[in-house]
Amino acid sequence: MKILVPVKRVVDYNVKVRVKSDGTGVETAGVKMSMNPFDEIAVEEAVRLKEKGVATEIIAVSMGVAQCGETIRTALAMGADRGILVETDADLQPLAVAKMLKVLVDREQPTLVVMGKQAIDDDMNATGQMLAALLGWAQGTFASKVAIEGDKATVTREIDGGLETVALKLPAVVTTDLRLNEPRYASLPNIMKARKKPIETIKPADLGVDPAPRLTVIKVAEPPKRQAGKKVGSVAELVAKLKTEAKVI
Amino acid sequence: MTALVLLEHDAQGIKQPSRSAVAAAQKLGEVHALVTGTGVRAAAEAAAKLPGISKVLVADGADYAHALAEPLAALLVALAPSYDHLLAAATAVGKNVMPRAAALLDSQPISDIAGVEDADTFIRPIYAGNALATVKSSDAKKVITVRAASFDPVAPEGGSAAIADAPAAANPGTSSFVSAELSKSERPELTAARVVISGGRGMQAGENFKLLDPIADALGAAVGASRAAVDAGFVPNDYQVGQTGKIVAPDLYIAIGISGAIQHLAGMKDSKVIVAINKDEEAPIFQVADYGLVADLFTALPELQKELAG
Ligand SMILES: Cc1cc2nc3c(=O)[nH]c(=O)nc-3n(C[C@H](O)[C@H](O)[C@H](O)COP(=O)(O)OP(=O)(O)OC[C@H]3O[C@@H](n4cnc5c(N)ncnc54)[C@H](O)[C@@H]3O)c2cc1C
Ligand SMILES: Nc1ncnc2c1ncn2[C@@H]1O[C@H](COP(=O)(O)O)[C@@H](O)[C@H]1O
Repeated sequence: MKILVPVKRVVDYNVKVRVKSDGTGVETAGVKMSMNPFDEIAVEEAVRLKEKGVATEIIAVSMGVAQCGETIRTALAMGADRGILVETDADLQPLAVAKMLKVLVDREQPTLVVMGKQAIDDDMNATGQMLAALLGWAQGTFASKVAIEGDKATVTREIDGGLETVALKLPAVVTTDLRLNEPRYASLPNIMKARKKPIETIKPADLGVDPAPRLTVIKVAEPPKRQAGKKVGSVAELVAKLKTEAKVI
Repeated sequence: MTALVLLEHDAQGIKQPSRSAVAAAQKLGEVHALVTGTGVRAAAEAAAKLPGISKVLVADGADYAHALAEPLAALLVALAPSYDHLLAAATAVGKNVMPRAAALLDSQPISDIAGVEDADTFIRPIYAGNALATVKSSDAKKVITVRAASFDPVAPEGGSAAIADAPAAANPGTSSFVSAELSKSERPELTAARVVISGGRGMQAGENFKLLDPIADALGAAVGASRAAVDAGFVPNDYQVGQTGKIVAPDLYIAIGISGAIQHLAGMKDSKVIVAINKDEEAPIFQVADYGLVADLFTALPELQKELAG
């Protein structure tokens, strides 16, 4: 079976993002970009399924500016077989991404789409659920364990009270949580090999999707800053302050 | 304008995050509520008592027993023609179901809102809460999940709404529930507790989380954790506070052996009072803590237990 893995290029999770002074967004010029951490986990899961002989081909898809090609290269170096870059400067939101992914799924006919539960830039946590909806497929979100048997995927999900296991009819969409696996680092030979793997570049119009955003960003602001408080010298002083000054206990 | 809020419930009634979602919905106009599950009469009655709800719709049936996204989204879509806004708390259920319903309605969901400006315009945190975006939706139906910590929940009692059956919707039948492994705790839920005490990698072992128990008992606190503590297997996943775990805003948050990575701060920095105990005086957690104690947690915790008992 084929697995499709959407991978998003985002500001690296170690970067302390700064809001632009004109309030139009956050500063991305000169900032380190990486693959969304949840998508690394998705690629890793797909590669493991291939190593187990469950999957035969892994297609990495990224949508956005030309540099998203680098994110696809990272996926290829981790073990994906080929890439599709949907190149656009548009501000892509989950509905548009899901619609374009649907067209690619119709074309490529994967049995499984594995993707991140959340992009750490927009923190939407929506695209996988939306793609599953548009395809009429089952969804296994926030997965911490995935097992494929025949025409069924058994997915353990991280929910508010603990864990839940669901059975999904394949084809299905799975979104990854942090504890699903630990992604590998690409080895140098694999990085070299990845350079020769094919990446197809297309435009949203080729997929017949209008990527225009439905949410207009009116402004982006800095959240209220917390002031660092004081250091206390002892546990006794701490408890006294919580009682008499903060009055929270 | 009428909004429909998908409620979650348990034996105690309507869950607090859902009551916060109702509070957010009330800023938009008239509010109806949707209660789903099997044998949900008591929950429907609890929903009818929430102040400010004019009608409770009930979908009682096996299809809804486990809050699977596929049948729930289909139900929301069937109900959508009567509503301008569909809301749920940004819980595991809300995050799973609402975007699916949104896609079926050709609407871009507005996830995890922390503020309501007007019927089309909302404030939501992005980049782990390092920025707040004000966004205006151009979609006919707004599909929204609500950051519970940002809205004071409506009271559990005070209203008297009418209860009616929701029309049936077809279950796509693509998924089924297998099992659940729920953490058992006598403590308040993390997202509802007035006090939260969380341990990090500094706790060193799951065993040591026992040091937090008497303190949590004394304070009526919920126990949480950093991702590092969860990843190390000290505590179950549902303890995780942060960007990708639970968002909490208690009156008092106590961070023990937690460094204060942005992803952790994203989940607790709106707490009223923050206390940090860490042996490293340079730990970033001290930059947001109202009260910081530089100490070894293994000496500080027993002392804290004694002080609170005394
Ligand atoms: C995509 C992504 C999402 C993430 N989401 C989350 C999230 O939701 N929540 C979250 O918490 N993290 C999240 N993280 C992880 C986050 O980046 C940090 O790695 C994590 O929060 C660190 O946890 P910690 O503070 O417990 O551990 P550390 O950073 O290792 O800190 C341990 C602290 O304990 C102190 N300590 C050690 N021993 C003692 C002692 N004896 N007494 C007192 N203090 C002691 C140390 O000084 C240190 O400050 C995420 C990361 C990524 C990439
Ligand atoms: N522009 C994009 N290109 C590729 N994949 C994406 C893109 N946007 C979102 N995704 C996928 O959808 C997941 C969830 O993103 P979001 O719904 O924005 O939080 C990500 O982890 C990716 O797997």
